[in-house]
Formats: sequence, C-alpha cells, structure tokens
Amino acid sequence: MEIESFMKQNVEFILNNKKISVIDNPAKTLLDFIRVDEGLKGTKEGCREGDCGACTVLIGEVHNGKVKYKSVNSCLFPIGNAVGKHVVTIEGLNNESLTPIQEEFNNEGASQCGFCTPGFVNSLTGYVIENEELHTHDAENALAGNICRCTGYASIKRTAENVISRVNKLNINGEERIKSLVKEKNLPNYFLGIEEKLKQININKLGIAESKKLIGGGTDLFVQKADALLNEEVSFSKDLTPSEINVVNNFCQIGAGVTIEQVKNSEIIKNYFTTHAEQLNLFASLPIRNSATIGGNIVNASPIGDSTIIFLALNSDLIIKSKSSTRKIKLSDFYKGYKDIDLFENEFVEEIVFELPNATTTFNFEKVSKRTHLDIASVNSAIMISTIDGTIDNIVLSAGGISPIPLYLEKTSRFLFSQKINSEIVLEALNIAQLEISPISDIRGSDQYKKLLLSQLIKAHFIKLFSEQIDVEVLL
Amino acid sequence: MKNFDAISHIKGKSLYIDDYPLPEGSLYAVVFDSTIAHGKIVSLNLDKANSVDGVFTILTAKDIPGENQIGGIIQDETLLAENEVHFIGEPITIVLANSIGAARKAAKEINIEYEELPVITDPRDAFAKNSLIVPPITFSSGNVNAAWNECETIVNGTIDSGAQEHLYLETQGAISIPSEGNKIKIISSTQSPTAVQRQTAKVLGVAMHQIEIDVLRLGGAFGGKEDQATVWGVLSALGSYTTGKPVKLVLSREEDLRMTGKRHPYTSDYKMGLDKEGKILAYEVTFYQNAGAVADLSTAVLERTLFHATNSYFIPNVKATGISCRTNLPPNTAFRGFGGPQGMFVIETAIEKAANSLGLRAYDIQKINLLKDDQHFYYGQDVENSQAVNSWESAETHFNSKNLLEEVNEFNDKNKLFKKGLSFMPICFGISFTSSFLNQASALVHVYTDGSVGISTGAVEMGQGVNAKIATAASKTFSINVDKIKVESTNTTRVANASPTAASSAADMNGNATVLACNKILDCLIQFAKKELDAKQNDEIAIINEMVFVNNEASSLRWDELIGKAYFNRISLSAQAYYRTPEIHFDRTINQGSPFAYHVYGTAITTVTLDIIRGTYKFDSVKVMHDFGKSLNRNIDIGQVEGGLVQGIGWMTLEEIKYSSDGRLLANALSTYKVPDIYSAPENIEVEFLDNSENRFGPFNSKAIGEPPLMYGIGAYFAILDAMKNAKPNKNFELSSPVTPEKVLMALYEK
Repeated sequence: MEIESFMKQNVEFILNNKKISVIDNPAKTLLDFIRVDEGLKGTKEGCREGDCGACTVLIGEVHNGKVKYKSVNSCLFPIGNAVGKHVVTIEGLNNESLTPIQEEFNNEGASQCGFCTPGFVNSLTGYVIENEELHTHDAENALAGNICRCTGYASIKRTAENVISRVNKLNINGEERIKSLVKEKNLPNYFLGIEEKLKQININKLGIAESKKLIGGGTDLFVQKADALLNEEVSFSKDLTPSEINVVNNFCQIGAGVTIEQVKNSEIIKNYFTTHAEQLNLFASLPIRNSATIGGNIVNASPIGDSTIIFLALNSDLIIKSKSSTRKIKLSDFYKGYKDIDLFENEFVEEIVFELPNATTTFNFEKVSKRTHLDIASVNSAIMISTIDGTIDNIVLSAGGISPIPLYLEKTSRFLFSQKINSEIVLEALNIAQLEISPISDIRGSDQYKKLLLSQLIKAHFIKLFSEQIDVEVLL
Repeated sequence: MKNFDAISHIKGKSLYIDDYPLPEGSLYAVVFDSTIAHGKIVSLNLDKANSVDGVFTILTAKDIPGENQIGGIIQDETLLAENEVHFIGEPITIVLANSIGAARKAAKEINIEYEELPVITDPRDAFAKNSLIVPPITFSSGNVNAAWNECETIVNGTIDSGAQEHLYLETQGAISIPSEGNKIKIISSTQSPTAVQRQTAKVLGVAMHQIEIDVLRLGGAFGGKEDQATVWGVLSALGSYTTGKPVKLVLSREEDLRMTGKRHPYTSDYKMGLDKEGKILAYEVTFYQNAGAVADLSTAVLERTLFHATNSYFIPNVKATGISCRTNLPPNTAFRGFGGPQGMFVIETAIEKAANSLGLRAYDIQKINLLKDDQHFYYGQDVENSQAVNSWESAETHFNSKNLLEEVNEFNDKNKLFKKGLSFMPICFGISFTSSFLNQASALVHVYTDGSVGISTGAVEMGQGVNAKIATAASKTFSINVDKIKVESTNTTRVANASPTAASSAADMNGNATVLACNKILDCLIQFAKKELDAKQNDEIAIINEMVFVNNEASSLRWDELIGKAYFNRISLSAQAYYRTPEIHFDRTINQGSPFAYHVYGTAITTVTLDIIRGTYKFDSVKVMHDFGKSLNRNIDIGQVEGGLVQGIGWMTLEEIKYSSDGRLLANALSTYKVPDIYSAPENIEVEFLDNSENRFGPFNSKAIGEPPLMYGIGAYFAILDAMKNAKPNKNFELSSPVTPEKVLMALYEK
C-alpha cells in the first residue's frame, strides 16, 4: 500500500549490526520492517497480536551511559518507537558457533517444529543479558510471553536451567556484563560497539500536532487497528509524556509514558507495595509489560484493564494536559461509559498521581482469567484498606469485567467503612457489591460466573489481608 | 542425534512457507469467505474490488477449469462456493494482487448478498433433523442387552467434550510456481502432499504428473494440515494456472482460526454395567460427532473413536454407535488422537460415575479391567504383547503412587483453601491407518560418490522428528555416521502416491521402507566388497562404523572408498523400496478384524492443586510410564510425550472453542483462545521408559509415538474432578470438558 508522503518521517536506529536510516511511516510495525523491508526471516509472524511471542526481538537503549536490553513483540512495536535504539533479531544473536543459550536449546531437544524457537532464544538471551542474578523461576517469567505448541515447555525449562547454571559459572563482571558475555561467546562481538553507535544517532523528537493519533506502547492499538494507523498521522507519547516515577510530598507521580515493567521494578513502588511484583506478573507478559505504558492502559479504557483497576483502588488522580492548559481529574470520574473517557481531542494524559499509603494501609490485587498468565481477566479487583484496631478506617474497592467501565465499587466501599472486620460483614458486603455491578456474558465468562467471581475475589482480599479476623469456613 | 534441523531452527535459518524468497512478478492471494453459516448466494459483485489499485484478478467457482471438488473420502466439498454457503469461513472467491495489502483492501470491497437459510450448530439437533454425513455405524461384541441383568450396578449419563484448535504456530499456506507446459510446482505446508497433488490435478483438469508438490517442513500441524492444507494449495495453483504467475497464499492467524476446522466436539450417551467388585460386564455408548459442514476426515475420525471406545480395558459385551452429524460449522478434522481421545474420555467418565455408585475409587475399577494377552479387543483383534498391566504396575512402583496419594490426603487434611486431587490415566492406542490401504510407504535412497547419502520418503517433517528417525534407521542399516545422511524435502516427483504423514505411523512405515532400500544398496555393496576383498561368502563381509570388515577383521577399506570404487565398477548406488504393514485387515461389512499392527500403552499419574476460592488450578506433576518399544531416539520421544501430554491437558482444561448460535466462532483470536503457556504446563513432568517392550512392526523394535501421549492429558480432567470432590465430598460433579476455571467455580458454589 502506498503511504501518503506527509505521514513519513525520518527513522533511524540500529538493526543488529546495521545502521538503519529510512524515510518511512513511523506506524509501520517493526515486524514488517524486519521481515519485508530487511528480508530477515528469522523473526516469525504467529498471531500479530502479541499473544504468541514468535516475533520477539530485543530492544536496547542507553540508560545512564549503558545499553539496557528488553524483549518486545515486534508485531506491536511501531518503528517510530525504535528510533535511536538497538533492535536485535535472531540473526543478530548468531555467532560463528552456537551461543551457549542456543546450544542448550539443541541439547534438550527444546526445538521441535522450530517456528517459535527464535522468539524463545531472544527472550532467554534478553533475560541473561539484563539480570545479574539468574533464577529458573524468573527465567520462566521472561519466557511466559512465548507460546510453544510442540514441546509442552518441559525441555524449554530444562534449557533455561542449564543456561543459568552455565552462565553462573562464567566469570562475569557485573559492571561490564555485556562485555563479559561477549568475551564468553554468549553474544557476538559487535555488541561492544553498539553504545557508541547509538550515541551517534540523531534523535529528533517528533512534533506534537493536535489531532494526531497518540501512540504509547501500542500494545493494544496495534492489535485493534495496525492497518488503520498506517493511514493516520501519528505521534508518540514517549516524545510528549514523562516516563519517570517520582515522589513529591508523599504523592507518587507516575508519568504516562512509564511502562508496566518500570512500575514493577521501581524501588519506590517496591517500598510501599511488597507483593506488587507477583501481582504485576499477572499483567500480560514481559514483552508486553516492557512496551505497554500506564498512560496507554488508562486511556484505552478497557473495562478490564489491570493497571486501571489498581490505580482506581489507590484513589488516583490524572493530570491532563493540552497545549494551553492543565487540569486534574479523579480517575474514577474519567470513565463515562464504555470506551468513553473525559478527554478532549487536543488533550493527553500526562501523569497519574496517588497518595502513598501509610503504615496502617494495606493493598491487594486479584485477577482470575481462563489462563492465569498472558490472558485478559474474567474479573479483576483491587482493594486499598486501612484499619485501626480491626475497624476499617479507609477503604477503596475497585473491580473490572463487571461493568462497561473499570468500576470503583463506591457503595460497597462506603458500606464497609467504619465496620469491624469479620466474616459476616464480608458476606454482607458481597450482597451490596452485587447491586453495583452489571456484567455481561461473553467469551470471558457468563454474567453469573462474573457475579460469583467478584464475590470470590472480594473474599480473597479479606482472607489474604486479614487472616486473623476472618473465619474461612464461613466464606467457603 | 537431535531433531534433524534443530540447529537451523535455533539460528532462525529454517524456511517456512512465508519465508521463501518469491520469484519476480509474484501475486499475493487473499481468500474472500462466507460471513454467514448457511445461505444461498443471491448476488456477487466484484466490480469495486476489481478496480482497487494493484488487483490482478479475482477468481470464483466459474474460473475453475476442472472439477470444483476437493473432498477426500466423500465428494461433498467444493473448492469455492457456487450457489450456497454452508459455514462461516467457506471460501467464495480468491483475490490476486501485487501486494498483500491491495488484496486485502479489494476483498473488503466485494459485495455479496445472501438469502439466509436455517443454521444448525448442535450435533443432536442435526441428528434430529437427519442431517448426517453417513448413516450411523455400530461396532459390537457379546450381547449388552443380555448382560445388563447380570450387573450389580448400572450407571448411565451424557457427557460432552469440546473442540480444540490445532494452533500450529505456522499458519496454513502455499506458494505455487507455474512452469512450462502447464506444469505447476506447489510449495505447500501440508501433511498430505499427494492429496494436494491429486485435488489440484482434479480442479485444474490436468494429469497428476503435471503437478509437483514439495514440502520442506511444517511449523507444526497436529492433524490440522492433513486434509485442510489442501484447499490453500489448490487455490494458489488455481491462481497460477489462471494468471501464469507465481502465487503466494498464507493465511493470517485470524483467517486460519475462522476458516479451518478443529478437533471434533462430541456429545455422548453412555451406559455401563459392573459386578460388585467393579468388573465391567457391559458398556453401551453412542457418540454424536459434530462434523461441521462437509465430511473432511470425519468418518475416519469417528471410526477411530469406536476403535478406542474401551480404552485399555477388556469388556465382554460392548455396543458402540457413532453418528457423524452435519452442522453449519467449519469442517472439523484430524487432530492428534483422531477421535481416540473423544472415545476414551467417555469411558473414563463412565468409570468415574460407576466408582461413585459402587463406593469405589476409579482406580479400583480401572486396574482390575486392564487388557491382558489372552483377551481380545471388542472389534475382534487379539490382544498381543499387552503392556496395560505392566505399565500400570510399573507406574505404581516406580513413582510410589501410595506415597503420592498419602501426600495428597495429608495436604487436604491441613488445607481449607486449596485441595489436591490425583488421577490415574491408562492409555491403549492402535497403530496403523484404520483404512488398511493407506498402510503403505516407499523410500528412495541415493548414495553419492563421496559416500554421503540422500533419502526421500513420503514422510513430512513437522517437528515430530521423523527425519531424525529415518536418518537414524539408515545410519544403523549402513553403519555410517548420521552426519553423512541428509533427509530431503518430501516431493511427489521423488516419492509418488504417499500416504499422509498421520496416524503416528510415518516413522514406522517410511523408516521400514528406508531400511529396505538401504539394504538393497548394501546387498550390492557387500557383493562388490566380497570380490574386491577376496572373500568367499557374502556373510564374511560387514560394514561397521564406516569400515569394511572381513571375517570380523577391519580391512583397509573405508565406507567412502568402497562407494567410490563401487561407482567405478558400475554398482548401483540408488534404490527404491516399498513397505506395506503386514497382517492387518478389517471387514467393514461386519466391523470386525485386526486393523492395527500393534498398540501403544502407558499410564500417567496426575496431581493437581485447586484453589477453592478462585476456581483456578495448577498441575503439580504428571508422571508417565510409557511404552516406547526400543526407542530410536530418546530425546525426540521424550519431547513427543511431554508435548502431547500438555496439548491433551490444554484440550481438557483451558482450550475452549465456542460458536454463537448463528455459527460464528467466538474465540477467534489468540487473545480469546488460550493454549497452555509455560506456567499452565505441569510444574513437573516425569517420563519413564517401560522396560521389556518389543515391537516387530517398528524399525529396530521402536514404537510409534506421535499421538498416544496426548491422551494422558485426559488425566488432568479427572485430577481436577478428584480435587473438587475432596473440597465438597457431598457433591456430585458432572462437568463437560474443557473444565475451565469458570466451570469449576460455578460447580463448587452451585446452590
């Protein structure tokens, strides 16, 4: 398809060992660029919606003077987001002989039909590059975005174990990890020169034009309408919104461009929410979390968006900006109806702000989907609650999948406020919650199931947070 | 050795259909398919579509020069719909353009009007309306009606099992390249090169020798490319035939999910009678198979269901009826197990119910009814070399199942929020195509003058490792290093009339044919070496590890030197050989016979932990004692067991195909159709090799491996059911499969 010339932009990045400098549509997917324009066929197309991982590539960018790599789904990654970065495909990992990672895939018979294999090799290599301490459990998390239909994953898990024990035996300098991995033949030599090459790339931030389609990580936009985006003028939120997490006066400010994985790894968040890492692992897969932004997730307005449900329970505000003004709105007021949000054409979400919890406040997130990982929830729910002597002093309960919008369960929260926590009061709260919701039957479950599931998840919140006050028998 | 092309896979260098460099001037094809499940085509207007930039032409049924017919077993399937459509996704036209984008754009501009007709999606509904593919088929032995009176307990019920999408990672596709004199070469992602060749010739009205099919490898298939790869190959060839240009047709995932059939969903009625010890005396079952809109392989699938209706058990009185019901869904098709899993699931359900009724565990009934060598299958075949009891008892001992059960009980005593469950799943799976004529194969072996070897067979490599096994068989026969052997692409000009790579039998049949061909060459070589080395008898000569031996002593002659000399002495270094599976027969007039060369046995023990609050589950372990025969390649065989098992677990748990009442696929993307990921696979899979198993039908005593392990996955369903009973002992659970977290939770909390 001919691309209208006004939509083309100068796009520069490094693909494996090659500098790319093209005038092209920035909304073109990296997958098409790699396979069609560059003819590199090792990156496979399996689904074009980030659900199989066959097209996984690594993206390297300079952070604090060092190149950091992360895995992404190239089918959902516009080349506009690759500007100034290092894109690594399977061809760019190949050394003269097999790397130890590739060798272990071979030894364990972890490649049968072979179609998913390059994606797996990329994901595992990305994991080895980026993590100083390697554990099988974490490696599996790094591979959870890759689907294999042949092996049943057992040989792939053995591969990961073997790789970890081999890499752990290597003499790796933490400060110079990439250098060490190159020396030990885990990466090709050219990786040593990438940092220098990246610094030479001129990154011209794309302008902000009103009425342009704003792309964050693109992980949902490119599932829904990759073709349509090619015919629209686009800009990228990375050029527009902050991508940092800061604390000011006990308020946490998360830039709209912050990725889900950044939130997961943030020291600030870790300090306040001890189990959040485990909970955020339920959000999509690592390659998607590496791309998907908080701003994108909020504006996408999915009634079942995981981070939206979490931020609703945190009683968050949105900072919304246009060229001329800035306004603040409660997140719970942002959603007006199904995919209908309080945002004008010339506005964008700049950041999300919430008050950090105090010592008496606890938080929990629950999600049930057909498949536990990399699946959209049937119902999800979050709770922020603080108590004094067993009495609820503050509570915000939210849920998704049970209404056209991500829902703040206002009546249930109000009912529970100032109650003493026990099993009976939880049961009463469930009845109130049922009156606030209006689930529909769809592929993620019947309305009856979603009603039941919400009750179960509210029970789960209290069982998890208040095991001493709750008599489990009453809730079963 | 490992999988034949593993290193090239791992480096990303292996080619699949979408990766081939295209010749200049190639066209891209997009299929325009029906958007309604049943109706008459009232009008079809291509004007707007034809005027889209880049469109070359749009082909309809009218452009077919030969017969518009691609049905394999039954001639009821058009290539392109003519007057009527029968399912959503049925191809109507094919758009050819100079880019995939232009072709897609044009397909959206096609105007079609339908007159809608009534839609059937439910097999019982189809049966009631006499909408059948073929009349019902019944297999029986003994006399069930007489036996009911002797039973202490009789249970009956209805149970459903769901469809399953193959989800081969490489979608369906083909590239066709025209050549001089109306010849066409098709590079196809098919398990049945011969079927693509035969149907293309028929559709184009040319002789089969005009059509060449080449298959390098498939990016997964699992049965989904046995019959259903044909349509895409033929369509691309029709494009080339009409335009004279190369045509590439590769389905997007969405198109593939929508247009292709799945594993057949079944709804079945069963009745089982037992004595008070739990001996099964009689079993009656009726299978309603949802075939979809055309026959495809449904009748063969149904027949295999009947053959596996009694799984690993001996039952003296059996009556099993299969009904293939025509509905307005995409034609359901072959999928690993080919109807066997559907049959086994029903009898395991009946046993579970009988156990509840007799106050026994399913384990007790399963164990005392296992097949033994002096018994016979209910379709007449003698039980020979049964490993049913051996695999069961070996599993119990090796995996210490008593201990496992104690651990489960102990956990359940201590935990309220989580409950564990345990199940035993024995399998017995017949090896051979049930249509006896398909049990034939041939191989073509060339030894080149440098001593390297090239082998062509009818087997298609799709990740299952058949090429490695064929190479291993040749390497053992010649006694040369496997590195000297290349297994070529599967090509109809080198091996004609090949059976599909299916029924788990490709390594057996093509491996045996390869051994025969290698032996033909070897005989000539030994004859020659005898002269060359002045030996008296042929049996004084042997080739061992690439050295020629005379009377057990190494000569100075290496393999490559022998070959070089043989060539100069005009000794044939190529051979073709033919193999047919011996001793098999089945009489369809009485539905009795010995259709299988042999059976594969095994037992799996599955444990699961169920979250009582959330309705979710996680498999702790699956421990498998499997009858491999003498494995030709342990690395590959273990991979087949692990992969088959997890695919079976997916079928029983997460993988839920739903259609709306108007025949629309609801789980139409990978965001809604979930197959197992690394986390939903069991935490721990242990596979053990059953000792002392011989098999005279497999190359070097090996056994077929492709399909049988899938059926271990049925154990996942019963482990979950066991955990549910442990959570709510007073409830009786009867759940259709897949047993999704939704069904679990709804059943646990049903008032």
